[in-house]
Amino acid sequence: MNFFNIISELEKVDTDVHERLEHISRRSMFNTLGKKVSALTIPAVLAASLQKAYAATPGAIDILNFALTLEYLEDDFYKAGLAATNLIPGTDRLIFQQISKHESAHVALLKSALGTKAIAKPTFDVTGNGAFADVLTNYKTFAIVSHALEDTGVRAYKGQAGNLMTAEDKPLLQTALQIHSVEARHASMVRRLLNAKGFVPGAKGWITLNQGTPAAVYAGDDNLTQAGVNLTGLAGKSNEAISEAFDEPLTKDQVLAIATPFIKS
Amino acid sequence: METPNLGSSPTMRLNDESVKSVDRRNFLRRAGLTTVAGAVFLAGCDKDDDMDPSPSSVDLGSGDTGILNYAYALEQLEAAFYTQVVATPYSGITDAEKTLLTDIRDHEIVHRDFLKAALGGSAIGSLEVNFSSIDFTSRASVLGAAKLFEDTGVAAYNGAGNLLTNGTNLLVAGKIVSVEARHAAAIRDLLSPNSASFAGDDIVNSNGLDNATKPADILAAVKPYVKTTITASNLPTA
Repeated sequence: MNFFNIISELEKVDTDVHERLEHISRRSMFNTLGKKVSALTIPAVLAASLQKAYAATPGAIDILNFALTLEYLEDDFYKAGLAATNLIPGTDRLIFQQISKHESAHVALLKSALGTKAIAKPTFDVTGNGAFADVLTNYKTFAIVSHALEDTGVRAYKGQAGNLMTAEDKPLLQTALQIHSVEARHASMVRRLLNAKGFVPGAKGWITLNQGTPAAVYAGDDNLTQAGVNLTGLAGKSNEAISEAFDEPLTKDQVLAIATPFIKS
Repeated sequence: METPNLGSSPTMRLNDESVKSVDRRNFLRRAGLTTVAGAVFLAGCDKDDDMDPSPSSVDLGSGDTGILNYAYALEQLEAAFYTQVVATPYSGITDAEKTLLTDIRDHEIVHRDFLKAALGGSAIGSLEVNFSSIDFTSRASVLGAAKLFEDTGVAAYNGAGNLLTNGTNLLVAGKIVSVEARHAAAIRDLLSPNSASFAGDDIVNSNGLDNATKPADILAAVKPYVKTTITASNLPTA
């Protein structure tokens, strides 16, 4: 393959390639000037790319709509929780307000990326078809559903990352990763809250083996083989520690099975 | 457990390399070529047998191997940091904090040793660290450094994802980055309990996105903590 063919291929899928490269050279300048790594303008630029419906492959559209479904659910869930009287104690409201703000932002970002291809918001049942009947009156139930939704989100995005590796989908891959790590921050916070409140004594910010409720959310998280390397006994660490060090993906079908009870129509 | 070798080493060369790399990229642009095309070209010529034998410097290499070595370098840094934190706990540390920091230490050691095993003969050597700016007796100093390392780790993996070409490598990077994000949230909550800081507006933007930062910028940010010269000029950049 020769250079000029590559560039012309890139121009076909990425009409903004020159603008993008301008951006790269700006970043080089940041680096030369020794500016500290912080919130650079990269996410904003990517958001702009998304708004131009950058996603070209049909597979990517499906993945974005899958992600949007989960974000719609999370967004509705936290809005309902924050609206419920006497549910979230005053000391913890800042935490859930921050999470809620992010889920709303994710919905807006994905909708804008998908444009007319965005699916409409389903009607949700935050009780999971009765499995969590007191979710809006019992804080413990609310926190348990919250951490399960966040951990599911982490595992769901992770499961789709490998399907966003074509040249035209790669900007979306980065955006998906940037959402994915925010979901993990949320999950860590709520999991630690479960311990602090005595709802799930001993709960940690990370997932140990496949421990957790509901079981389907944590299925397979006790995997100890990474990239073909069996890590049992690595560095003298326990299976618990090794499993905690890696979050495992869920397939789309596994995620939909978890989410379906929350979707009315 | 490895003890960081505290022998002296030159630290100026990374700067020179960075400048060269910037010049090259800007040159390519001016010449009407693109860094993207350059990266595609470089990815095609692996130079795994071209490692610098000098213990005072390492060359990360190119392609996916280069990115995994980059991750391995960051995990070495984190593992060495938390090993020190647990070995010499700051004054006033609580049992809960000690448990949490020991957990994180173990995760970082597992990440480090996994990446070393996965890289096999292509793995860079052990880095010499420089934690002279961190006061390990001070909670604020230790947790402040931990927050920097974890947030930097998250941004590094997020920015490296689309530099990888192999799906297995991307998946494993994804499995690690969310654990780094879990750490970051926990450390931030220790510093600022029950606030929005675990995913604060200083780190998550108005689109609800965490940072994603390219290797050159990450390596510049962690440079004060690493004595070994890290050459990253063959890494993919887009």
